[in-house]
Amino acid sequence: MTRSPAAEPNEESVYAGLVDVDGDASQWAFGAGFDDPLAGVDTTVPAGLDRTDLAAYCLMLGDDALVLAQRLAEWCSRAPELEEDVALANISLDLLGQARLLLARAAAADPRSVPELPPDSPVPAEDALALFRDPGGFRNVALAEIPNGDFAQSSLRLLLFSVWRLALLERLRASADPVLAAVAAKGVAEVAYHRDYAARWTVTLARGTAESRRRTRAGAEAVWPHAAELFAADPVELRMAGAKAGVSPEEVRPACEEVLEEVLAAADLPRPDLAAPTRVRGRAGEHTPALAALLAEMQSLAREHPRGTW
Amino acid sequence: MVNAERSGTAAEPDGTADARRRARQAAAAVTDPELPMLTLADLGVLREVEADGEGGAVVAITPTYSGCPAIGAIRADLDSALRAAGFARVEVRTVLYPPWSTDMITERGRRLLAEHGVSPPGPAPRSDGPMPLSLTPRRREAHCPRCGSHTAELTSEFGSTACKALYRCTSCAEPFEHMKEI
Repeated sequence: MTRSPAAEPNEESVYAGLVDVDGDASQWAFGAGFDDPLAGVDTTVPAGLDRTDLAAYCLMLGDDALVLAQRLAEWCSRAPELEEDVALANISLDLLGQARLLLARAAAADPRSVPELPPDSPVPAEDALALFRDPGGFRNVALAEIPNGDFAQSSLRLLLFSVWRLALLERLRASADPVLAAVAAKGVAEVAYHRDYAARWTVTLARGTAESRRRTRAGAEAVWPHAAELFAADPVELRMAGAKAGVSPEEVRPACEEVLEEVLAAADLPRPDLAAPTRVRGRAGEHTPALAALLAEMQSLAREHPRGTW
Repeated sequence: MVNAERSGTAAEPDGTADARRRARQAAAAVTDPELPMLTLADLGVLREVEADGEGGAVVAITPTYSGCPAIGAIRADLDSALRAAGFARVEVRTVLYPPWSTDMITERGRRLLAEHGVSPPGPAPRSDGPMPLSLTPRRREAHCPRCGSHTAELTSEFGSTACKALYRCTSCAEPFEHMKEI
């Protein structure tokens, strides 16, 4: 077998194209002021809409996406196959993008929602929200924060989460807040792919081997108790729904039940009780101990270097 | 650069039409960092380019996916290209609505994707109501860009970047990427 010869010294390096020969630093997008996800977007709050409620509502939807993005990223290099590793990282990235837009929207709607940092802090508002709030300040549902468990359990969590989030985003396309409506319109197409991915794995694993079926049933036992919280309305959600800018989670329950029924019938799995009393109220800042551990990891670098620019 | 001093149209100050033309040309030629065979115009992310005759240019772009990490690089590349074209003040704005769709990729863009080994997207699913659930892989026309065969099997809906799915040609056995409909 012949080895490929070493690159000739005068041969153009494959990396040459990565470096701007003019020394223009603007190619380094991050830290160069080019990463505000709402740069140039009109963030005026429509007349008649309560800016505090709008910010709180965007934090809820943004925190759901941010916390699950972090959980999904934990799969990176640990998924059963390379393709699933890549898929989960892609889904995580979509949710992280949605979270950035929503946290930036919250900050623009009501700057008081952003944790106070020293006046000369280089940390943008979306990062201050993601990285400098304590667990009690997070408004995500517990479903997003519970540990991954095995791949089957993670698939079931992603199924339940994306069925619910898709139903919310589909309706939020008509939000009275044009920024929220635009973020939702974009997210619908993305979350539809996430839901189909999780649904197919749920059916595949539940109808696979005896072992995969046992694990999928165990996963359902771990995940289903967190289903009811998704449909329990918080006062902020109800006020936003009343102002035609948000969606009451109670309203999406029948649609979610219908989609879950189709998947779980195909998988022959027990259905979650979507009307059960809720255990934790994440929308009010109540969380399982798992969130504090997740945030400790996610926030440690930024908090150790509060003046760092990236 | 050579700056042809042409007079603008009757309603505009001198040089505005020319400045706009130069700005559009410069912005439309910037390539996508992850699909370098496509310009931003081919990809359909360039929404609007405006310029005044006094060194100012405003470009409006739309991100492909919410979390697309290339958007920061695109903004920086546009800024750099317009400065090189003689604009001292450059503003790059984000437009979120209507959301980007693969339907916005131009015919030229589709041809270039195929020529570079990426199977171009079919028509994107459109729905103002609920998105239909699909428990089996989405049916789509994925042609092997190497041998042209129509028989390919889906490896994964998620590929090396958010916008691509992975396929394997069952005729020549080569893997290839398909730009997925969104």
